[in-house]
Amino acid sequence: MSSDVALAVNDLAKAYTIRHNVTDHITLAELALDRIRHPFHRAEREQFWALDGVDFELREGEVLGLIGRNGAGKSTLLKVLARITDPTRGEVRLWGRVGSLLEVGTGFHAELTGRENIYLNGSILGMGRKEIASKFDAIVDFAGVESFLDTPVKRYSSGMYVRLAFAVAAHLDTEILLLDEVLAVGDGDFQAKCLGKVAELARSGRAVMLVSHNMVTVRQFASRAILLERGALVREGPVGDVIGYYTDVSTGVLEEADVSSTPRYDPNLGRRARITMVRLQHDQGVVGADADLEYVVTVQSNEDVSAVRLSQTIYTVAGIPVGNSIGNADLELRSGHEVDLHASLPGHGLAPGRYYLALGLGFGDTSSGMIDLDVVLDTVHFEVLPAVSADGRLTTWNDSWGHVRFPPVQVTQGASVYSG
Amino acid sequence: MTQTVERPPVRVLRPRKNWIPPNPAELWEFRHLLVRFAARDVTLRYRQTALGAIWVILQPLLGAGILSFVFGSVAGLPGPAGIPYFVFSLAGMVAWTCFSSVATRSSGVMVANASLVQKIFFPRLLLPFSTVMSTLVDVAVSIGLLAVVMAIQGVPPGAAVVTFPIWLLLFVMLGLGLGMSSGALMVRYRDVGYVLPLLVQLLLFLSPVAYQLSAVPQSKLWLYELNPLAGLLEGFRWAVLGTTAPSTGLVVYSTIASVALFVIGLVIFNRMERGFADVI
Repeated sequence: MSSDVALAVNDLAKAYTIRHNVTDHITLAELALDRIRHPFHRAEREQFWALDGVDFELREGEVLGLIGRNGAGKSTLLKVLARITDPTRGEVRLWGRVGSLLEVGTGFHAELTGRENIYLNGSILGMGRKEIASKFDAIVDFAGVESFLDTPVKRYSSGMYVRLAFAVAAHLDTEILLLDEVLAVGDGDFQAKCLGKVAELARSGRAVMLVSHNMVTVRQFASRAILLERGALVREGPVGDVIGYYTDVSTGVLEEADVSSTPRYDPNLGRRARITMVRLQHDQGVVGADADLEYVVTVQSNEDVSAVRLSQTIYTVAGIPVGNSIGNADLELRSGHEVDLHASLPGHGLAPGRYYLALGLGFGDTSSGMIDLDVVLDTVHFEVLPAVSADGRLTTWNDSWGHVRFPPVQVTQGASVYSG
Repeated sequence: MTQTVERPPVRVLRPRKNWIPPNPAELWEFRHLLVRFAARDVTLRYRQTALGAIWVILQPLLGAGILSFVFGSVAGLPGPAGIPYFVFSLAGMVAWTCFSSVATRSSGVMVANASLVQKIFFPRLLLPFSTVMSTLVDVAVSIGLLAVVMAIQGVPPGAAVVTFPIWLLLFVMLGLGLGMSSGALMVRYRDVGYVLPLLVQLLLFLSPVAYQLSAVPQSKLWLYELNPLAGLLEGFRWAVLGTTAPSTGLVVYSTIASVALFVIGLVIFNRMERGFADVI
């Protein structure tokens, strides 16, 4: 054995109780009233196992990639490891302190200044006053927010939020560091800088667990990976093998994605309006090469918002973005209402393979940058079939050609001139 | 495979089945966070207010002024001999505010910090405890104010003035007991958030804050004295102003009731704590 175990998980399981046929009792009065009306009616309870019998180890100096589709249990696993919620069964043994960055700007208070928030966040992550003071300059330097230290963070851009949050977490001397999809925001340069820091932490003996949809990132920084599917660990091993399995064999399609409670990378997303459900309109999630890509998005709104646009980004199953498109219609969302949006991408042009859809809702000027209402990074997964040629045979597609099948290039032939 | 001597883990996470008492070592480990939470409360309370910290002085002064007017001037209740009615009700107000602030603030603190509770581990007890620290800052200022008013009005402190921290501690325990139990329930049932302020408002009139215990009719006294605040308020004023001491029986009852409510609050809070992140 090359290094010591930092974290060991044995037969870990977490169940949530889902109650059917009951509107949630928010007030005691509703509960009492319901009991009086239906004295013998018991709420149907169903156990939902978000995690079921997960075993793995994380070693010192290792970056372990955690991959899996939306709803596979990644977030629940991180929550249990970070001690936010208790397991239902099994145990986690820890050989060190756990630091986590599960969401952008958790523990940041909008009214407090950058400086005050560094101290608050440091304490939340378990640092003492002196420890924070000794790292203060390094944190500020890494985040690049010197000029805004005494500005309340409510005036920060979301990019600055992420930079500061990551800087605090990265400078924390915990033996184990959990990183959720936090780097989804922020510019490319900063992402690279953060990932460089992650690699540096691992070299210094820290154990890091990294969650990302981007398989390129995972492949580059993690040495091993585990794959979760419906709460179970289905694959564990060298990062290349697990990603290969994930992108080729294991993951089928996901025709319907309930994303109502999927964590967003920024707590402000999904508050005013929230994407709750995405349904593919293709049988078995299989999309023909020349078909239109059609899906229905259910949106729940808590406010009246006008001129809202749907935005879709298509990713390959390996997490490589293929392209983005913004909806052509201004939508009117009404407070307290649920609405279905029927979306259709005519002639998607995708090469054969597996893809997933990231969806967003925004408003404002589509050319100069919209304000996000909600963003869900992973919704439905679908498979695009190879095109069928005129004589009924499947056409081949070479992976090195990329992911977009452009419409036939228009070629006209000039006059032939004898050259031989 | 060679058998290596396994290092014992630093921490093991398992399902918790029964009630586990709060872990003092863990609370100590997070003491910096306790201070930080309290500092945040104090900073935020007076940021973006025009008068800022002056409110700490204005609130008890205005409160005591109104209560003196209503009970002393309008209702014409007698105050203790030799003590201006305003000083008498200000002392009551200081102790009352200590109790009511701890109760209301500690009850709302879990819901107010929902985003933290869902995303980060720390001993949840820190949140209600931190409201005590931030309240004590206000209490310290108002006690200073009371001392100044007493000096101006020429009211000498009571002989037992050194015992006033004990009384304050009992007010805090009572307030925290009420706050923790209602705060834990509020995570599931938000209507507790409406019931508690109402209860606190009623208690202000059902406790001897701006009138003496002796003003309560003898026939209903036993019922009235069930409220532990009765004994505590009389005791606090006995210590600070040298008014008539409450009976030993009443003091013993109030003390036991306050400590018991505190322990009940701890138990309820700890029982419900596990589910906080899943429910909020």
